[in-house]
Amino acid sequence: MPYIALPEDLPGIRGAMAFRPETARPLNDLVETLLHSPNSLTSGERELIATSVSYLNDCHYCQSIHGAIAAASLNDNEELVKRVKADFQHADISDKLKALLVIASKVQKGGKHVTAEDVEHARSRGATDLEIHDTVLIAAAFCMFNRYVDGLGTWQPQDEALYRERGKRVAREGYVTVSKEYLPAEVVTK
Amino acid sequence: MPHISLPEGLPGITSGFAFRPETAKPMRELAHILLHEPNSLTPGERELIATYVSSQNGCYFCQTSHGAAAASHLGSSEVVKQVETDFQDASVSPKLKALLAIAGKVQQGGKNVTSADVEHARTLGATDIEIHDTVLIAAAFCMYNRYVDGLGTWQPRDESMYAKMGEHLATEGYRTPSMPQPEPALK
Repeated sequence: MPYIALPEDLPGIRGAMAFRPETARPLNDLVETLLHSPNSLTSGERELIATSVSYLNDCHYCQSIHGAIAAASLNDNEELVKRVKADFQHADISDKLKALLVIASKVQKGGKHVTAEDVEHARSRGATDLEIHDTVLIAAAFCMFNRYVDGLGTWQPQDEALYRERGKRVAREGYVTVSKEYLPAEVVTK
Repeated sequence: MPHISLPEGLPGITSGFAFRPETAKPMRELAHILLHEPNSLTPGERELIATYVSSQNGCYFCQTSHGAAAASHLGSSEVVKQVETDFQDASVSPKLKALLAIAGKVQQGGKNVTSADVEHARTLGATDIEIHDTVLIAAAFCMYNRYVDGLGTWQPRDESMYAKMGEHLATEGYRTPSMPQPEPALK
């Protein structure tokens, strides 16, 4: 049971966001920019970074929903998502994404773990400054989202089908649009 | 030296914000709501939570700038030092100590928070929204700290700079830059 009186029937972060719409708005704007807005990294790649960090932080809700969004963005390739979580060095992804996932896993442990060599390696695989910036910030942001979701003891259903269905919608419509169904109209921007 | 080419002359998070204004906007907005807007927890109390989490994460820039903001709100840096060293012994309310304990658990990982921690805070007068905001402040600083350190930002050891920044944050909040911005490059 959640530690505070969150609205019932809304799983994971959605319950917390409905409880406090004022903070939900910038949180959704941030994740929309990082994961859904146009970027030289595909949505699938960015969702894989979010999923990998959430897996390392052991947040069931976040790794399930972002894993589902990643799969939906990658031709429903759920196998690939599992592989990235288990051992991304041997997953069928680009060398550049592997180098960015190394940086993300360092950020997950703490910002100071990232070394100039990690960044140089990513750059030698074609990563741009903006891609490195966004990787660091996606990893950092999921160290927030994961703690927010687990730290409030939110309801996190085990039913995979529920995440799969939701993941397809978020992949298609983005975070701000789907937030309209659980946030008051006046707080949702755009 | 920063890991990527951040604008020069801007310390800590302000360089990340100037590099990527699209993500800066919601990050500023979040900090403004959590730390500056009216709340049953005072801005000083909320800045102490932010400072404590940043010190646990070892982020010099965030710890020093939010410590300065807290000191500006509280009129003294003594309590800030006490909270960083051992908050159980600090001159703050039992309720804030209970919230700092929750924040410390969140810093280690969300699953470390127990219903006993939350019950304890509640018996000392904490409301659901105060508990929510404490968890989110602690979680958010696990983001800001990693962002600042993960990019290898410039973090000068200049106390007067942080004091000025803290003053600005305490009075103006987080929506506007706390540092003079460099002229945009001519194109």
